[in-house]
Amino acid sequence: MSQVVYKRADSLTKVPFTFCPGCTHGIIHHVVAACIDELGVKGDTISVSSVGCGGMNPPFWDTDSIYSMHGRAPANATGIKRMNPDKFVFTYQGDGDLASIGTAEIVHAAHRGEKISVIFVNNTTYGMTGGQMAPTTLAGQKTTTSPYGRDADHCGNPIRMSEMLATIDGAKFIERVSVDTPANIRKAKKAIKRSFECQLKGLGFSMVEVLSTCPTNWGQSPSDSLKWLRDNMMPYYPLGNFKDYE
Amino acid sequence: MIQLAKGKLTFDINECKGCGLCVEVCPKKILELNEQTINVKGIHPVSVIDMDQCIACGNCGIMCPDAVITVEKV
Amino acid sequence: MSKVLMKGNEAIAEAALRADVDAFFGYPITPQNEIPEYLARELPKKGKLFLQSESELSAMNMVMGASAAGKRVLTSSSGPGLCLKQEAISSMALTRLPAVVVNVVRSGPGMGDLAPAQEDYWQAGNGAYRIPKLLPASVQEAVEMTYEAFDIADQYRIPVLVLADGMIGQMMEGVDFNKLPQRRENLPEKDWRMAGTNEKGHWNHMTLHPNMTLLKATSILENEIYPEIEKNECKVEIVDVKDADIVLVAYGSASRMSKSVMIDMEGSEIKLGLIRPKTAWPYPYDAFDEIGSNCKAVIVPEMNIIGQMIDDVRIGAKGRWPVYHVGNDSKSTLNPEFIMNKINEVWEEVK
Repeated sequence: MSQVVYKRADSLTKVPFTFCPGCTHGIIHHVVAACIDELGVKGDTISVSSVGCGGMNPPFWDTDSIYSMHGRAPANATGIKRMNPDKFVFTYQGDGDLASIGTAEIVHAAHRGEKISVIFVNNTTYGMTGGQMAPTTLAGQKTTTSPYGRDADHCGNPIRMSEMLATIDGAKFIERVSVDTPANIRKAKKAIKRSFECQLKGLGFSMVEVLSTCPTNWGQSPSDSLKWLRDNMMPYYPLGNFKDYE
Repeated sequence: MIQLAKGKLTFDINECKGCGLCVEVCPKKILELNEQTINVKGIHPVSVIDMDQCIACGNCGIMCPDAVITVEKV
Repeated sequence: MSKVLMKGNEAIAEAALRADVDAFFGYPITPQNEIPEYLARELPKKGKLFLQSESELSAMNMVMGASAAGKRVLTSSSGPGLCLKQEAISSMALTRLPAVVVNVVRSGPGMGDLAPAQEDYWQAGNGAYRIPKLLPASVQEAVEMTYEAFDIADQYRIPVLVLADGMIGQMMEGVDFNKLPQRRENLPEKDWRMAGTNEKGHWNHMTLHPNMTLLKATSILENEIYPEIEKNECKVEIVDVKDADIVLVAYGSASRMSKSVMIDMEGSEIKLGLIRPKTAWPYPYDAFDEIGSNCKAVIVPEMNIIGQMIDDVRIGAKGRWPVYHVGNDSKSTLNPEFIMNKINEVWEEVK
């Protein structure tokens, strides 16, 4: 009598992921989909995608899905959730979308306590457009628009969105996780599930920031990229919970 | 005698992109990118060296960005 | 007594309420603040949503979300705010999402001026689309057009713009709410709305890709939707153009000024006529074919300096008459005296 330990989540369509080999977007999507499965909300889910590699995901969701304009996913999600308060609405956004052009939208969604769940994928890079600097790019990190390495004197040090948003009252659950090892993936899944439950309980805004890689634009193998994440990103972006609920 | 779990793996082999992450995270080191085969993507896909050693930990499954691997405990 | 004295902005807000608007998202900007203020007070009484957003840009994206959820949504702003809304208006126009956008026009960019204006005639976002644009010239018309705009939006799955100049928003006139247009029947079901597969039995991916390419979407709009709108929704008022020596073409407050000039100049040697477009798109080009053989010139009074609607007038005129612009000068917005002076000046040239 066999028992399934792991299989592809139900909330996804059969469309193969278009992410690069070894890209953590794939891992994160499977985790999010598994949480939707386990919470039994697939039939009430509306996914709000965004602009970026991860945001090109409507074809992968076996649920309603809408493309939002760059940075505006929290605003679209606000409109949808306020009109359909009994549905489950989540956004999936990258560094540029959430931490650059969309800073007003994410801050105010948290500020108003919008009952949406945000997945924030932080890989210190603008992946889809070819590897430019992001607000989350580390000091000294070379990108196509910081070819000499990010210079804090020139354009500041990277922004820590989880810590910042946690200062806002309307934000009820904020946690930073990583998907670099199976153990961390399991912890990430716990946090994402708890974030989704925050919405289902009607408590307020929730967000999970997921440390991620971009092997293609970092010019490294998937495995080396995960190591780079551990060595360089984790010290600056510590894992942990910044806001929790009872 | 301690009875360890035994696992069975099935692969959606044409979805494998050959990233190698599953190979890395297998605690029993029983996965490899098999250079003797090529899938439709032209990639050497993952395959099992010795299924009898599989303990159904599920690491390969959850690590795979494309959910190529289904893990069952038998 | 069925008429109520109301400020334009408040009347527009009331019209939206009567059209069963579900939500308003917006941001304060002069001269339209009475619209959000009225709705902040009245929408909660009906259990509907009022939400002030962090910017016009974000408000329009909330409108997009609420519209995607299948609801009737309103936003309002003025010129600089409309700039910020363009991104989402473009997206909605091409994703086929209905909504009503009220622009109470003032002049210039953000630090321009607060004076009423007609400077947002070219509502160009980026992308190949058109949206219906309604041009009220009285508070009553603003009410009727706003009320009907929700039906137009739902009928064609398209955002609709109500382009009222600042004067219409601020002036007070009698409004008869018994004279609202008939609600349109048989509006299509919104089975594409974002509501989950449990509710609908299927999902929709609200995006042009991969269900439909951009070319296919714009082709459908161009070949199927826009011709229907052009056939059904064009509105114009035509006054005395058969014998006119000079025809004025004006909308909104500029048309009211034109009408007052026509009254003042009654009995003069110059016979005046007026074409008053009530929709900027579809534009009433055919109205120009009713102009009689006496006509020697067409004058386009607009509350701006560079002239915007004059381009559409030239298209409608098809070179049959010389076309002149009269607008603001360096000291003053357009007024009846400017129009009268222009008429006399042009008359000297063409009589």
